[in-house]
Amino acid sequence: MKTLKLSLNLLASSVISSVLLSSIATAETAYVSNEKDDTLSLIDLDTLEVTETIHVGERPRGIIFSHDRTKLYICASDSDTVQVMDLSDHSIIAQLPSGEDPEQFALHPDDRRLYIANEDDALVTVVDTQTQEVLAQIDVGVEPEGMAISPDGKWALSTSETTNMVHWIDTETNQLVDNTLVDQRPRHVEFNKEGSIVWASSEIGGTVSIIDVASRKIQHKLNFKIRGIHPDKIQPVGIRLTDDGKYAFVALGPANHIALVDAKTYEVLDYLLVGRRVWHMDFNADQTRLLTTNGISGDVSVVDVENMKVIKSIKVGRYPWGVRIKP
Amino acid sequence: MGILKFFILILSLQLFSIVATAEEQETKIAFLAYHPDRGPVLSNLLPEPEDRGLNGAQLGLKDNNTTGRFLKQHYSLVSALAETPAQVNNIVTQWLDSGIRLLITDLPKNELLAVTDIATAYGAIIFNAGSYANELRTDECLPNTLHTLPSRAMLTDALGQWSTARRLQHWLLIKGSQPEDIAYSDSLKRSAKRFGVKIVAEKTWSFDTDLRRTAQRELPLFTQTDEYDLVVVADERGDFGEYVMYNTWYPRPVAGTQGLTPVAWHRVVEQWGAAQLQSRFEKQFQRWMNSKDYAAWAAVRTIGEAVTQTRSSDMAILFNFINSDQFQLAAFKGRKLNFRSWSGQLRQPIPLVQPRSLVSQPPLDGFLHPVTDLDTLGFDQPESSCTVSFNTAIK
Repeated sequence: MKTLKLSLNLLASSVISSVLLSSIATAETAYVSNEKDDTLSLIDLDTLEVTETIHVGERPRGIIFSHDRTKLYICASDSDTVQVMDLSDHSIIAQLPSGEDPEQFALHPDDRRLYIANEDDALVTVVDTQTQEVLAQIDVGVEPEGMAISPDGKWALSTSETTNMVHWIDTETNQLVDNTLVDQRPRHVEFNKEGSIVWASSEIGGTVSIIDVASRKIQHKLNFKIRGIHPDKIQPVGIRLTDDGKYAFVALGPANHIALVDAKTYEVLDYLLVGRRVWHMDFNADQTRLLTTNGISGDVSVVDVENMKVIKSIKVGRYPWGVRIKP
Repeated sequence: MGILKFFILILSLQLFSIVATAEEQETKIAFLAYHPDRGPVLSNLLPEPEDRGLNGAQLGLKDNNTTGRFLKQHYSLVSALAETPAQVNNIVTQWLDSGIRLLITDLPKNELLAVTDIATAYGAIIFNAGSYANELRTDECLPNTLHTLPSRAMLTDALGQWSTARRLQHWLLIKGSQPEDIAYSDSLKRSAKRFGVKIVAEKTWSFDTDLRRTAQRELPLFTQTDEYDLVVVADERGDFGEYVMYNTWYPRPVAGTQGLTPVAWHRVVEQWGAAQLQSRFEKQFQRWMNSKDYAAWAAVRTIGEAVTQTRSSDMAILFNFINSDQFQLAAFKGRKLNFRSWSGQLRQPIPLVQPRSLVSQPPLDGFLHPVTDLDTLGFDQPESSCTVSFNTAIK
């Protein structure tokens, strides 16, 4: 009797531990920065529930992983620093000298140079993440926000919200070499996988400019139209492109929708209703799920990419801003 | 030696100007304010900053120059604070003679009329960043003039929308006896009619006791009328209005020039990236940005946008571009702003504020308009007899 019980126990515990192990091994985790709570919410992508809330610096906005995904960089805007979080135990292991009010940033393919937009100072600061030294500060337009690095590492792009430009910075010399004038209040830039095209969203202009990298000229402009929503309220912010080059998702801010765009013909295919004032998005590893941060409603919408349906919204902290998913 | 130095100076100045003209497009802007004495007031606790307006223009200039750096465009600003109306005209004439064609003014209506008369003959563009007068947007429209400050009607319509949305359908109207107070109260009455609000009583404050001692005794009796939902106050200089709150016969909210106040701008406006504008302003000037600052900032930024987009220094081209539907300005109010082509008025949402928070920012949902819901605030095209146009120089 006693041995039977023991073996049952053993069996049960081994079943439980194997379940646990497999979920640890496969579950992806989304990191969401909550701008007005000074926290990160962690979401388990299997259960689609918040598993943990971690305190970080003040007004966390842009977040990105190191290339090996062992570290998370966090723009703590009001703490005037970029925090480095060790993802094995979620401890803050360093504070990088980011310049004032860092909002968004991009990591160079060399995994070392971090290009940070300093919103209050009209600067882009380049920091070496290993030596933690400032390598350069580059003057850009008023209120720089969006940052992106071309896949080949040649270009660092910055958008300035009040100057209405995409600035082209040569990463070899860290000099600003050209500017592309876009519509009012550019917020975000995103390269396609090949690095031949840049998508730049203009929040107040209500457009997305498709810029040819070779000529640095606008070759197409996307407009959006949603029945029953005033055109002025359709304000593109975050952009994500699928790896297969087929689709782009554009977050439309207070229109509370994301647009699904054909990335080849630039035709808008559909609009999906998400939470209120949608900012940014990220895919999981196999790109079957897309998560959106909805600033005003304080939640994250989960999009089933295959069926192009919103399947769940998950309450997080106040004013969720950035999202990154770790496999 | 002295002469030599002088020559070198001249030479270097000439060289500089040659370099500058060869490479840069220079845009000269002037800001002029005249703040007439508004007489003694009972509440004299918080004076308005003397550099109101000017600081906004200075911030806008900085924004323009940061952008201009990338386009080889440069902006400069001269400014003056006139002490008399006569000085206003002299300063403007001097500026115009020196070649300035872009004027931003914080002037009362009459001084603005005089300036427009002078400046139009030179083919200049005038930005009104100082007068709320409705007439300037309805039947006394001025050529070559654009208004970045909202009209009184835009302010009171914003209040009317909020009041209606909150079902506060009965107003008690209290007004002062200054001309501006009467203008504000007329505007309130127009808004009440527009939004179906009933004014249960209208009273003029004419007491001359010091309210700091007797507000609790006098105001409850003064506000004892038929029952109301909201007390609206028209007291622009802040004479008695500051004492109305918490002293009304019925315990009701207070709005208008005091209490819940419709404004062009206030420190509590933080959404839509406004936090950045506020912090840049505070950093540079160590005070809060107000409505006059915002209007002057918007004027300078409007010039910047027009110059950036048209790459022109021709006033007719700039004016016609600004006053067209091609123009758009991102101005931290959550949507693009442009000008009403008939009156030259900048369309804009109106924040309703109390000292420490934003309460609402009309136009509100549900107030519809065939063209843009921003035109539910202030005088719409059919209500205005204006067609503003640009007159080229006759001199």
